[in-house]
Amino acid sequence: MTRMLSLLRQVFVVLALPVVLLAVWWVTSAGSENFYLPPLSEILTTFGEVWFSGRIVSDVLPSLLRLAAGYTLAALVGVGLGIAVGSSKALRETVEPVLEFGRAIPPPVLVPVLMLIAGHGNSMKILVILSGCIWPILLNTVEGVRAVDEVLVDTGRTFRMRARSRLHHLVLPAASPQIFAGLRQALSLGIILMVISEMFAASSGLGFTIVQFQRGFAIPEMWSGIILLGIIGFGLSLLFRLVESRALRWYEGIRLAERGGSPSKT
Amino acid sequence: MLDVRGLRKVYGGEGGRSVEALRDLTFTLQEGELACLVGPSGCGKTTLLKCVSGLLAPTAGEVRLAGEPVHEPPEGMAMVFQEYGRSLFPWMTNAQNVELPLKERNVPKEERRLLVAETLASVGLEDVSSAYPWQLSGGMQQRVAIARAVAYQPKVLLMDEPFAAVDAQTRADLEDLLRGLWQRLGVTILFVTHDIDEAVYLGGRVIVLTNAPTVVQDDVAVDLPDERDQVSTRALPLFTELRSRIYEEIQRAKSGDGRVYSP
Ligand SMILES: Nc1ncnc2c1ncn2[C@@H]1O[C@H](COP(=O)(O)OP(=O)(O)OP(=O)(O)O)[C@@H](O)[C@H]1O
Ligand SMILES: [Mg+2]
Repeated sequence: MTRMLSLLRQVFVVLALPVVLLAVWWVTSAGSENFYLPPLSEILTTFGEVWFSGRIVSDVLPSLLRLAAGYTLAALVGVGLGIAVGSSKALRETVEPVLEFGRAIPPPVLVPVLMLIAGHGNSMKILVILSGCIWPILLNTVEGVRAVDEVLVDTGRTFRMRARSRLHHLVLPAASPQIFAGLRQALSLGIILMVISEMFAASSGLGFTIVQFQRGFAIPEMWSGIILLGIIGFGLSLLFRLVESRALRWYEGIRLAERGGSPSKT
Repeated sequence: MLDVRGLRKVYGGEGGRSVEALRDLTFTLQEGELACLVGPSGCGKTTLLKCVSGLLAPTAGEVRLAGEPVHEPPEGMAMVFQEYGRSLFPWMTNAQNVELPLKERNVPKEERRLLVAETLASVGLEDVSSAYPWQLSGGMQQRVAIARAVAYQPKVLLMDEPFAAVDAQTRADLEDLLRGLWQRLGVTILFVTHDIDEAVYLGGRVIVLTNAPTVVQDDVAVDLPDERDQVSTRALPLFTELRSRIYEEIQRAKSGDGRVYSP
């Protein structure tokens, strides 16, 4: 029962501010004569018409699939490379300057370049997402692997842990808080790049549709797209937190214990 | 069984400040011997254990185990680290921590389960086997680390101040547990401690180290009866005599004018 109540409380805390902001938007925009800032009520009426009449499948889904592909690839390559670089001092010293350089390039400027190389199709967009998302994942993984406690490493060595189980039971879990930090940064970056890659050259997708609306002066429709993007970003980050808090339960436990909380003994 | 010959370890070097932790150490442990290692803080006891375990390459000299030179952690050796808390895997439960090295050695599942339960019970921690290390007190964590080393059934056991964080009563219990294990399993033990009483009570022999740069100051045979008891053994005149002798040795080791023991 108390669990239920605390859950309700949490939901309330999370939703309170957005609801207030929406209300303010609703009230101040009601009866707005400004062509570019239509009343929220009008935007919300268009929302259903615009998105639930096939565009979910024809535009939203392709966008999300490209995001999933680019993000997953970035995670695999970033974590894989990060482990290799983080484990070897020599390799780290060689590639670190290159990594810093790569991270410093704003990913959107790669869009024109990648368009030349990979054309206008899905692969270009996936590459754009990949090339932006990989840096935070890679650099955080390198840091995480490098910072594995040396006593733990020595423990693994004295018990002669094999390479495979050292990776699974020692290096990956030890670096996982950092890896997740990188994955979280990459997720918000990925959503931005998903939209941007569709603004240049595309025939489907959320970014493409929003730009189309804007060019056709379909302003309420354009706003409804922006709201949908917000909802998608929010949903994905919620999903991410869920996965993260499951995977890092031990880590949260330690932090709680260090702050003098009383973790349950189960 | 375990030969340490002319061991020297200098940290750093390469132009920067270098620390000579060990100057020249030579001693031998027979198979099944329980030797305690005492010395002033910072004299290089941990460094010595790391060299013996093959975790750290010595600057000069060598370590041999059963005739074989040690370059990396050899099979059948377990170590209880001074930083016991950091040596436990925080993402595993206490039982999983004890079980992990057994998995690496391909011990069958049923046997693993038994060993884990048995050793955790022997250090009085059967109730917290499914808890995580960070949910335990320092002393309990230390006992998990000890249980892990014991369950591994090593031939050589290196222990770096393993009883430092436990209360006096638990400490006495663990001392008796360790002697019991040692007598039953015939394992060779090198035991580092700050506590002179503990060294005399546990050991068949006490090796005293000098201040850094470190050499062996003295090597004292402890001729107490094999069956030891916390009350009566500690009351023996020989116990008191050994204790005073080692105490004086350490005082001299600290002041640095100790005679140097040569075997
Ligand atoms: N990784 C290292 N790099 C440089 N110097 C080190 C390193 N580890 C230890 N030392 C130095 O070597 C000397 C011996 O250290 P060590 O930890 O072996 O001592 P100890 O006898 O175990 O001390 P304690 O009784 O406090 O545990 C110290 O002067 C220490 O500062
Ligand atoms: Mg030490």
